[in-house]
Amino acid sequence: MATHHIEVRVKPRAGLLDPQGAAVRHALESLGFSGVAEVRVGKVIDLDIEATSASEAIAAAEEMCRKLLANPVTEDFTVGRGPAAQPAGAKS
Amino acid sequence: MRAAVVTFPGSNCDYDCYKALQLFPGAEPRFVWHRERSLGDVDAVFLPGGFAHGDYLRAGAIARFSPVMTAVSAFAREGGLVVGICNGFQILCESGLLPGALLRNRTLRFRSQWVHIRVETTDNPFASAYDAGDVLRIPIAHGEGNYYADEKTLAELEDEDRVVFRYVNREGAVDPEANPNGSARSIAGILSHERNVLGLMPHPERAMEPILGSEDGRGLFESILASARVPGAAR
Repeated sequence: MATHHIEVRVKPRAGLLDPQGAAVRHALESLGFSGVAEVRVGKVIDLDIEATSASEAIAAAEEMCRKLLANPVTEDFTVGRGPAAQPAGAKS
Repeated sequence: MRAAVVTFPGSNCDYDCYKALQLFPGAEPRFVWHRERSLGDVDAVFLPGGFAHGDYLRAGAIARFSPVMTAVSAFAREGGLVVGICNGFQILCESGLLPGALLRNRTLRFRSQWVHIRVETTDNPFASAYDAGDVLRIPIAHGEGNYYADEKTLAELEDEDRVVFRYVNREGAVDPEANPNGSARSIAGILSHERNVLGLMPHPERAMEPILGSEDGRGLFESILASARVPGAAR
């Protein structure tokens, strides 16, 4: 068993209106950042998972997404290796 | 009629529901804490508004896994009457007892205001005391009430007459200006396929007495009381 650092990215499903992204785009525009055609705001979830292999940890994270971390009606997710959720030396 | 009002950590309309039920001599409300595994012998269950579990992750996403929800799902499968108001509606969608999802309001603003909703169908245990076409004045208070479902699901809801309430203007007409959150097809409340589960964003329990500004919410409670008295209607 080893600790595997897994990063989950959850985004509003493509084609679905993302009012938060639209508001951020307007704010960028008013700050003078022109040429931003589209903004989508999602969330990143870092997980430290005890598993025998990275692929097992990724499979577990995908199951977590299907059951809880992402809403299957409105969100898409990707799972991959990422940074430690709890950086080494930090108090837990 | 015995009714369970479920309290989650973060519920804030549980007492409103309880008090609304107490206005009717035939109703016996009782609180059920979210850690309970049984609802007891009840005829109806209310999932009240609020911010269950802080709305962390997504509104309703964590509440869905509260122990009591297993009992609520079983109760719903047996045909028991379940009403989810506001956060309760979000929990019902997250738990799959109702289709679709409630997204961030299109305006991005938390909307706390009066709205008008139209009764679209009375063929269910929750709106039988109203007439189809009645326009009710009911308050809303939510940040995530923008009803979303894919086109197929929306068509199904319409074909099966499962849209109970729609946001309308004062005159009772569907009007984008009167849709407070951007909900698809101005949907404010829907039924499950079996018509025994209702989810709605507006708060009928806050429109029960003239001193509250409206008593248009009473009909929903009267409907439930009437159908609970009909043997076989609630179970």
